[in-house]
Amino acid sequence: MTWVGRSVRGLVLLAFAVFFLVPLWALLDLSTKQVVTGGRTGAHWKALVENEQMRSAIITSLELAVLTVVLMLVLLLPTMIWVRLRVPRANRLVEFLCLLPLTVPPLVIVVGINGVYSWVNYFLGGSPLTLTFVYVVLVLPFAYRALDASLSAIDVTTLAEAARSLGAGWFTVIARVVAPNMLSGVLSAAFIGVALVLGEYTFSSLMHFDTLPVTIVLLGKSDTGASMAAALATMLLTALLLVALSLLDRRRSERN
Amino acid sequence: MESNGVTVELDDLHRHYGEVRALDGLTLQMQPGELIALLGPSGCGKTTALRIVAGLDTATSGSVRVGGRDLTRVPANKRDMGMVFQAYSLFPHLTVVDNVAFGLKLRGRATAERRRRAHEMLELVGLEQHATRYPRQLSGGQQQRVALARALAIEPSVLLLDEPLSALDAKVRVQLRDEIRRIQLEVGTTTLFVTHDQEEALAVADRVGVMSDGRLEQLAAPSVLYSAPATPFVGSFVGLSNRIPATVSDGTATVLGQAIPVLPGSAESAGVALVRPEAVSVAADPAGSATVVAVSFRGAVSQVTVEVEGTLVIAQVGSGAALALEAGQRVSVSIDPAPVLVVAD
Repeated sequence: MTWVGRSVRGLVLLAFAVFFLVPLWALLDLSTKQVVTGGRTGAHWKALVENEQMRSAIITSLELAVLTVVLMLVLLLPTMIWVRLRVPRANRLVEFLCLLPLTVPPLVIVVGINGVYSWVNYFLGGSPLTLTFVYVVLVLPFAYRALDASLSAIDVTTLAEAARSLGAGWFTVIARVVAPNMLSGVLSAAFIGVALVLGEYTFSSLMHFDTLPVTIVLLGKSDTGASMAAALATMLLTALLLVALSLLDRRRSERN
Repeated sequence: MESNGVTVELDDLHRHYGEVRALDGLTLQMQPGELIALLGPSGCGKTTALRIVAGLDTATSGSVRVGGRDLTRVPANKRDMGMVFQAYSLFPHLTVVDNVAFGLKLRGRATAERRRRAHEMLELVGLEQHATRYPRQLSGGQQQRVALARALAIEPSVLLLDEPLSALDAKVRVQLRDEIRRIQLEVGTTTLFVTHDQEEALAVADRVGVMSDGRLEQLAAPSVLYSAPATPFVGSFVGLSNRIPATVSDGTATVLGQAIPVLPGSAESAGVALVRPEAVSVAADPAGSATVVAVSFRGAVSQVTVEVEGTLVIAQVGSGAALALEAGQRVSVSIDPAPVLVVAD
């Protein structure tokens, strides 16, 4: 690469670094600033774990993230493998259904889903964890894409037929042969699910559930510093998940 | 060695995809421990037949019986058959030894037992030293040998081989072909081998079934299939044949002026005799009626193309004699008086 090429690459990288890091630096600055004296303080970060409302919101959002990812994978993974193996003609239909949530404005979904939720609340109570059902729908388009790419990268039919000829039932084919070979897709879908749930505000706010993003906004009205700390913590958590995902994927590639 | 195999009977199998008849009344009986190769061009129905035996496809009508038991409606995972596929089918997330032990694990065998058996099978295919590797670390030929070990580890009643050598290069293909036959004879499992490569089929099989348009044209030992084709399709598909004009009367054909007995099923008057190149002899003769067109060196033997009575005839002769000939030279041509098939032109 010539020095011109290296310089251009350096400039582009610098521009992206500034674009991403300046807001993060601003969050760190504001979340550690002592407003009155102008010095530094860890009080806002301490409040994250000590503030009962915030702690509860973090736990709720983490629980929602886990439940959403689990339910999404339980629903989507076997369905996609089954459709690919047994009813390939339905592939387009499943794709259409999974991508549908992208085309409907969130407000429309909220209005439509409120009626359904009166029943959900009736049977399951008013727990914020019931948001899992909405989040599973919201994460479907992204998870579908991740899983579809990973499914297309392997010869599913031959693997399934080989396993069947060795005595495997359909559950074993899906759980012990095909799914383990889609690990990178599963991890990507899971990560997307976690990132979406941790950042989702519209639905939880309109449906009056106190998740992390809702609480950050609420807290921002009374304690800006703590709100900034929570926002930064959420982003760091998401970034950590991304790093963990790449490490897992790299280990898998090295093994292969 | 005593055979571990069972009988396999395919009775009037039909498989229709809409208007297309992939199988059109296939009937076949396999003896215990026998290796039958199904040979035919693409789309002749050989793979469909094998998939129906495996339970991976369903026959429109007809039945599959193994060891006297009707398996027609039994799902693939309950049929107790080992299969090796054309595409590499090892499970990428498992090591070689875990791939081989996979079927045994599903059968609830103890860890120690299945590892012992897996190592035995890997030893059988000569890959014991690669037991801890992953499929991606193996060559194509090694992967197919592991697939064979995996299929045999479960001690299947029937072994099904679906063009297992097609993806391999020529040298490995010949090695593995011979190895498959050695192993099959050693374990004695009844085996159905599907291939479009006639050399492969003739080399490994006890009997070869030639298929065309979903039907079995002929099922016979390789030597019989080659020397006495039952139908024009078999005659032209298996091996190289000269098509020389002939007239037939009273069970005898006149080919290039020579009287040669005809095979059953031949045309009854005029037609074309299917004559193998090795049945044609060529000798330098200034007064001969044929002219050498080309000499093609093939190693131990060579092909000599001559023109006789307006027809191009290929003769397979020893390279020593062939290299003494040259294009344009006059030669005499004679045909081995073994029976030939004469088909309508």
